[in-house]
Amino acid sequence: MAPRRAPAYNAVPMPDLLISHVRLLDAASGLDAPGALLVRDGRIAALGGDVTAPEGAETVDGRGAILAPGLIDLRAALGEPGHEHRETIESAAEAAAAGGITTLCALPDSDPALDDPALLQFILRKGEATGSLTILPYGAATRGCAGKEMTEFGLLREAGAIAFTDGTHAIADARAMRLALSYARGFGSFVVQHPEEPSLTRNASVTEGEMATRMGLPAAPAAAEAMMVARDIALARLTRGHVHFAHVSTGAALDLIRAAKAEGLRVTCDTAPPYFDLNETAIGDFRTYAKLSPPLRREEDRRAVVAALADGTIDAIASDHQPRDADDKRVPFAQAEAGGAGLATLLGVTLARYHAGDLPLLRCLELLTTGPAKLLGLETGRLVPGAPADLVLFSPDRGWKVEAGKLPGKAQNSPFDGRALEGRVVGTWKAGRRVFG
Amino acid sequence: MPLYPHRHLLALQGLEPPYIAELLDLAESYALLNRGGKTGRDVLRGRTLINLFFEDSTRTRTSFELAGKRLGADVINMSVSTSSVNKGETLLDTASTLNAMKTDLLVVRHAQSGAPALLSQKVEAAVINAGDGTHEHPTQALLDALTIRRRKGTLENLTVAICGDVLHSRVARSNIHLLLAMNCRVRVVGPPTLIPAEAEALGVQVFHDMKAGLKDADVVMMLRLQKERMQGGLVPSAREFFRFYGLDAAKLRHAKPDAIVMHPGPMNRGVEIDSAVADDPARSVIGEQVEMGVAVRMAVLDILSQNQRRNT
Repeated sequence: MAPRRAPAYNAVPMPDLLISHVRLLDAASGLDAPGALLVRDGRIAALGGDVTAPEGAETVDGRGAILAPGLIDLRAALGEPGHEHRETIESAAEAAAAGGITTLCALPDSDPALDDPALLQFILRKGEATGSLTILPYGAATRGCAGKEMTEFGLLREAGAIAFTDGTHAIADARAMRLALSYARGFGSFVVQHPEEPSLTRNASVTEGEMATRMGLPAAPAAAEAMMVARDIALARLTRGHVHFAHVSTGAALDLIRAAKAEGLRVTCDTAPPYFDLNETAIGDFRTYAKLSPPLRREEDRRAVVAALADGTIDAIASDHQPRDADDKRVPFAQAEAGGAGLATLLGVTLARYHAGDLPLLRCLELLTTGPAKLLGLETGRLVPGAPADLVLFSPDRGWKVEAGKLPGKAQNSPFDGRALEGRVVGTWKAGRRVFG
Repeated sequence: MPLYPHRHLLALQGLEPPYIAELLDLAESYALLNRGGKTGRDVLRGRTLINLFFEDSTRTRTSFELAGKRLGADVINMSVSTSSVNKGETLLDTASTLNAMKTDLLVVRHAQSGAPALLSQKVEAAVINAGDGTHEHPTQALLDALTIRRRKGTLENLTVAICGDVLHSRVARSNIHLLLAMNCRVRVVGPPTLIPAEAEALGVQVFHDMKAGLKDADVVMMLRLQKERMQGGLVPSAREFFRFYGLDAAKLRHAKPDAIVMHPGPMNRGVEIDSAVADDPARSVIGEQVEMGVAVRMAVLDILSQNQRRNT
């Protein structure tokens, strides 16, 4: 497939824009140098050390902050349609802009599920209407995300489906997964799996182990993840299809994925910030904001995720934004809904791995830009003349504190509530238009 | 004496080109006689032909019945799908019944792959496979080959695209064997869920995109998509199948300008084929396929009957 071109938001001609005095950072080219970047007609016109403002251009002084491609969030739930009390497309776009995200892949397990071409077109249109965020919807892999009958991948893909998944529902039936992987291959697409063996994780709140035993909470073994990953790798081998594992959280699963990649299979994966920044102790005194799906793991698994981020086993970091409202969370732990808000904290928590010395800065950026862009075949995610001017300006050392209740957007259920972060978004541009800061 | 060396016609896999050519040549001469209205022959006079159909079929059974009658045979139709099998009679019980009836030629259609071959080991008659499960349908491939040869002047070095539900198709398998034996380039085109495992090992090229699969093809052969395939989840819907894998004028444009369109019937219009293509006299040879079916079956019955006389 040809790379998707970002829609043009700038119907009204805009003056040229020069963002000067910045540290240009681009994972695609390895660029890390001081300079400036010129935007013309919504696209990057030039960048480098000797770029100056043409006559009549607007200028923004970057004051030494980092200018990078706008972040591409591989996985986020929007709340719309069906759960607008948790989040709407408009409120998610606001949170995304504050988080430096300019492209977001929306999960299809909404109500109704995105299993019909008309619904996908609705989401695409609503995304365009925000003016600040390109929303690329996933198509449901099965009707109603119920795990049984395959949807119309061809027609959904033509309507704009970026790939196929049942969102937070694991595709449990092996035959359904086999057919989906096989059928998707015919359309050059892939299937995203929520890798948990559901017969083991049903009704579980936390990872099985000492902590769960002490707290008396219903638990599922961490092996439930590796089991599903092993099965789907076997199916990828059988079908020659492409399987992508979402929010991988255990060392055992990552070992399987690493080996599958070495074998040359079409296997990719992402993880989400909670799985490399937190461990199971974050649920502390029954903190429901830290109840996630998959649940937080032991410290050794967190360290395995960090290692897999560094060695290239993990292809992307996604926010895995799951908006929940107070009613979903202010209940006893086992009854609380799983899921955490993640748009505003995606960059800051990722940069914590840079500050800790676990990942180089360019690798952090790669996981948030070129990694997902490559997977999705997008032309965004890089600083190159001609590319859409989707940009984020951030100060890597500026400190701030995550406070639920004060986060941008509607969803406040951050598992990082109270966490001090270094690295703050100063400005976000969508197709050359400033949408934050 | 015929060159064809076998007592039965069970499969085309492994059948050498000279024997295929012999069957087609004889079929061609029967086609000319049929067209000339000289249909009454007596090469099978006094012989008994039984059409033993364990699976519903109107066109194949009728075609064999007509072929047998035109050659002077006594033709009996037995539809077993709803009778003896339900009463518990096994396939081999049926075989001994047929032996007792002194059957000479036995045409068998069965839902299980390999059933005609099993019968052939137990009956004295010459067995003709009229379609077994998802294995083979030899006379269909022979009639397709005769139709192609008449239209294209040759069977050699053509590019043939076989499209749709290849996984469940005995027609596709027989055609693949025959066309590869005659040095054609054979492509199978369909969604990955309807292409059998390791199809390439048969010697065909696999395509999942109709445009690429049809490019510069001389012959476009469409297969029937059974409705059960959608219920079984192999294809999500008829509208999606038609949109991406149904043959319409736009997709046919990628084939050669003089490419012919074939279908073994019965057609699902608007699923695997658009009516505008199926009914286009310049491209569609679907009617001629039916006509050649009778001629091919006459040739097969004639040759097997000659071999039977030689051996007794």
